[in-house]
Amino acid sequence: MSEIVIENVSKTFTTKDGTVEALRHVNISIDSGDIFGIIGMSGAGKSTLVRCINFLETPSEGRVLIDGKALGDFTPAQLRRQRENIGMIFQHFNLLMQKNVIDNICFPLYIQGKKKAQAYERARELLEVVGLSDKEKAYPAQLSGGQKQRVAIARALASNPKILLCDEATSALDPQTTSSILELLKQINEKYAITIVIITHQMSVVREICSHVAILKEGEVREQGLVADIFNNPKSEVARELILTDSGSDVDIESKGPQDEILSGEKIRIVFSENSAFEPVIANLILTFHEPVNILRADTKNVGGVAKGEMILQFMKGSRQTEAMKEYLIERGLAVGEVQ
Amino acid sequence: MFSEAVTKMIIEGVGETLYMTLVSTLFGYLFGLPLGICLAVTDKDGLHPNAIIYKILDVLTNIFRSIPFLILLILIIPLTRALVGKSYGTTATIVPLTIAAIPFIGRMVESSLKEVDAGVIEAARSMGASNLRIITRVMLVEARTSLISGATIATGTILGYSAMAGTVGGGGLGDIAIQYGYYRYQSDIMIVTVVLLVVLVQLFQTIGTVLANRLDKRRV
Repeated sequence: MSEIVIENVSKTFTTKDGTVEALRHVNISIDSGDIFGIIGMSGAGKSTLVRCINFLETPSEGRVLIDGKALGDFTPAQLRRQRENIGMIFQHFNLLMQKNVIDNICFPLYIQGKKKAQAYERARELLEVVGLSDKEKAYPAQLSGGQKQRVAIARALASNPKILLCDEATSALDPQTTSSILELLKQINEKYAITIVIITHQMSVVREICSHVAILKEGEVREQGLVADIFNNPKSEVARELILTDSGSDVDIESKGPQDEILSGEKIRIVFSENSAFEPVIANLILTFHEPVNILRADTKNVGGVAKGEMILQFMKGSRQTEAMKEYLIERGLAVGEVQ
Repeated sequence: MFSEAVTKMIIEGVGETLYMTLVSTLFGYLFGLPLGICLAVTDKDGLHPNAIIYKILDVLTNIFRSIPFLILLILIIPLTRALVGKSYGTTATIVPLTIAAIPFIGRMVESSLKEVDAGVIEAARSMGASNLRIITRVMLVEARTSLISGATIATGTILGYSAMAGTVGGGGLGDIAIQYGYYRYQSDIMIVTVVLLVVLVQLFQTIGTVLANRLDKRRV
């Protein structure tokens, strides 16, 4: 049984200018121990979706089940209890600015009525986990963004949750800090077997730590599955778009070379896995077909710990051999996809 | 400069003014703080929106805020008599001062609480905090600097009102200024009392600012 089941969830907001459908019939199942990414451009509905998992937003339609129990059936008090099992971190950290680090981490424990001594003990353990033991008495204003997010992570873990929701947790951080926070999340996932749901607009985040991903656009899930599968063979247009604009951690850079305008032949994207990297495939392709191909981009990316080569190729304009060439590449174990 | 009797009277005046101001501010917060919390919580972006309760409190607050203090003072004489037993004197003045302070303080508290970052409140909700916990452990804590600045302004305003109450026998420095300075043309006494009022306001303001800054942990 899946730990989190989102069943046919829709959410409609009523505003002055009419109704907005933030989510439309979303179905997602997340297994215990997964790191599940939910990716989409801004306005795709991903923040609303993640808030349905702890019922900070109530779905207009459909059900959300945690361990088989529907959150909609809970009384307000039961719901608050349930939330103690679901930690959450945010883009802007949302720490109490007037409280020091240790009291911030103890905050969820105080809410649950824990004694100060007991709470401090737990908080110190967590400070060690996130590597901030020396900042116990500091105030958030004295910390860097990455440090604040570490405090927020420690706070979210204080009550031993089984699920951790991350709402754009790395979007306000620079690439290096992003990597270190992702590394920390991965460690936490392994150490405590916590299910992590990551909301992001950065494909690099999904690529680096997620096992599964759902791609959201206009409130609908356009594609979902294993990250490795989708990276090799993106089926939906939005998935292709997200993968193509993924250049390291700086996703927002649109990479459009000048070649695009000069040549107008068909473009394809190919992905090498480890086992297909021995043969000089491109060189052999050119020798076999006696026709040049243009390499528009080549990159190596870390997909869930496995190095994958990615290339964008462009065939000659009006070439009649493109289908045969694609087949040649597929025969050699490469994933081939279209590029618009 | 002054005779012993006058000096004694002025010192007593300072005492009376402080007594009226501080007790009224205290009572004002006793009712104004819950009022401000209710306004902030029931507003449409609040923790527990309730349009009807908000509208009722909103209108009542506006009505009481728009009545000029002197008129209010006279209007509620029956209430003052019922509560204190007489309608003049220092203790009696506390009643209208408190009534005037409540809506003013309510608004100050409301605006302070609305400044609290919605993200922090959402984080507390995500941890399973009830609304009561969010009010006591998040909103009042995060807004404390702003609340103290508000209290400083409220105290200054109530001090000003207390001087006004002097015109109808309310006691304190305002009373002395009116009795001696205005009716008897003893401008030296009037100037001294006014200077003392200025010093008091200055004092409250300084204490408030220092306290607010010291408690503000957002400053590195």
